[in-house]
Amino acid sequence: MEQNNKLLEVRNLIKVFVIGSGFARSKITAVENVSFELELNKPEIFTLAGESGSGKTTLARMILGFIPPSSGNILYKGKDVSKLKGREMELWFMREVQPVFQNPFETFNPLKKVDSYLYETVVNYGIANKKDAFKPIDEALNLVGLSLQEVSGRYPHEFSGGQLQRISIARALITKPALLIADEPVSMVDASLKMSICNLFKELKEKQGVSIMYITHDLATAYYVSDRIAIMFRGNIVELGSVEKILTDPKHPYTKILRDSVPEPDPERKWQGRIELSSFEEKEYQSRGCKFAGRCPHVMDICRSKMPEDILIDGRLVKCYLYASNLNKAIV
Amino acid sequence: MTILKTENLKAYYITEIFGIKRTVKAVDGVSIDINNNEIFGIAGESGCGKSTLIKTLLGIVKPPLTVLDGDVNYSIGDKKFNILSLSPRELKNIRWEYISYIPQSSMSVLNPVRRIRDSFKSFINAHKKIEKKEFKNLVEEHLNALGLPIEVLNAYPHQLSGGMRQRVTIALATILKPKVIFADEPSTALDVVVQRGVIQLLKDIQKEQKNTIILVTHDMAIHANICDRIAIMYAGKIIEEAKTEEIFKNPLHPYTKYLIGSLPKIGDKSYRVSAPGSPPPLSNLPPGCSFHPRCPYVTERCRKEIPSLVEARDGHKVACFLVSKEV
Repeated sequence: MEQNNKLLEVRNLIKVFVIGSGFARSKITAVENVSFELELNKPEIFTLAGESGSGKTTLARMILGFIPPSSGNILYKGKDVSKLKGREMELWFMREVQPVFQNPFETFNPLKKVDSYLYETVVNYGIANKKDAFKPIDEALNLVGLSLQEVSGRYPHEFSGGQLQRISIARALITKPALLIADEPVSMVDASLKMSICNLFKELKEKQGVSIMYITHDLATAYYVSDRIAIMFRGNIVELGSVEKILTDPKHPYTKILRDSVPEPDPERKWQGRIELSSFEEKEYQSRGCKFAGRCPHVMDICRSKMPEDILIDGRLVKCYLYASNLNKAIV
Repeated sequence: MTILKTENLKAYYITEIFGIKRTVKAVDGVSIDINNNEIFGIAGESGCGKSTLIKTLLGIVKPPLTVLDGDVNYSIGDKKFNILSLSPRELKNIRWEYISYIPQSSMSVLNPVRRIRDSFKSFINAHKKIEKKEFKNLVEEHLNALGLPIEVLNAYPHQLSGGMRQRVTIALATILKPKVIFADEPSTALDVVVQRGVIQLLKDIQKEQKNTIILVTHDMAIHANICDRIAIMYAGKIIEEAKTEEIFKNPLHPYTKYLIGSLPKIGDKSYRVSAPGSPPPLSNLPPGCSFHPRCPYVTERCRKEIPSLVEARDGHKVACFLVSKEV
């Protein structure tokens, strides 16, 4: 087995969807050349933020192995996820990487008892046989602040959204995963319970050593829970680095606009100035250069023809030509 | 000047299936006064009855929704009426022209097989008889004022982006210059950048037409940005009502304190606590104050009596025994 100190490595990942057939065929690049990595033995909450259509869910689905990438590699603990051989390896990967989905009301079948999902997870992954299944289940539920007694024999409609989301997280924790992929886990949860889920993630990271990939469009909760953040725009990561740096001092023009558009829960700090919206979103996918060029206030000629490279500046990666000259100066 | 007034409004969903009676107290004794030329925010979690309140205020009361008590009195200019006592025909005349509504999902509002122009046509023709030329001027002027391109008129809804669709819906709802506009989560399904554009548009309309907007959303940050006054709803009741600055600086009800204290802010990583427990189902409310099972300051009285909404300070109303100390 090759030695590797990375938990997850995503290298030049591309996903192209083909829409229609025959003459009506067209392509959409949902994920375009994405690379990032998570360290092994250093649990962190990594946020993938971006608007709808930025490719963040597609990226998550590829990491989970639901859809194959068009090109590029996903390495989990040094092994290529799309080339796992045999049932044994697949089970190992599924045990290690577990998903938490967005809408807890859709995750659970309304006609099935909630605990049946927990028992099935235990049996299917071979954690324990049916007789002893209650033990790992109770342990997992305790981690999220519930107990088997409260859950057993009840149907999804008997729980609130926040409770169901906790059960959904508990189900994912049964297999003792090293990585949780949580796709918009708090967007359907009530405002007064949202932060309790966020606090739960922080606790899991600190006490259980679970790394979490937190996918969201909500920058305020992202700032609260995460260590590092990647801002996605139209299939590309445009800025990647520590959450404090990126959200308090954004460098990429898109991140700046995004950051300024987050409403502050403070009547003394209302939005300043005005923004322009694009009405032709499809065109942004097709452009060859930087996808943001059409809306960028600092657009240059080169932006429209060639995709910028990642540039390391102030401890973060930025995909923008504005900072390219800085880099040159630094080298010279 | 008050434009909309309700007193002790009660609207319940009452169903009876196979002899099992079920009452969902969605709006349970709500009294509000909404003034002319203001943006009034209603905040609350899902399932607290805010959408039912809007429905009742709009006069859309169909079984199983039943109004048990209270009137909804409007006084728009010299027109004074109780919307709950109007006939369907009268309601039809008032809607869009005096009272208008911006729904959450613009996708299901716009007819997918008709061009936007046709939607505008049927909206206007239902209320006014106007010439083709006049129609063109009216619509183009309105779109210009809102900063939308004229080309959208020829488009079908699927050709527009989500934010554009929502803005077209807002343009439709405001073309007849209504005096009262209800907006039910108008920006919830949208991206942050687009959300900002939509909220900016609402603000512009209010500034220009000097009408009243009643904005319902669960997002406190939106309220902070645009509302003049805010009412906080919990389990079918309004538990606190005050000016926006006052609510954020000086929340009095324990629930509001939790709600505002738990809001994450960029640039502040300090620990946030959510309210313990979860909101009660409206079909089975606890006795006394409906927040008492989750409240850290609960007293014996809270378990038995329901606190009423009283003025604690200048213009700041709250329904809590801790603050009001009423006898």
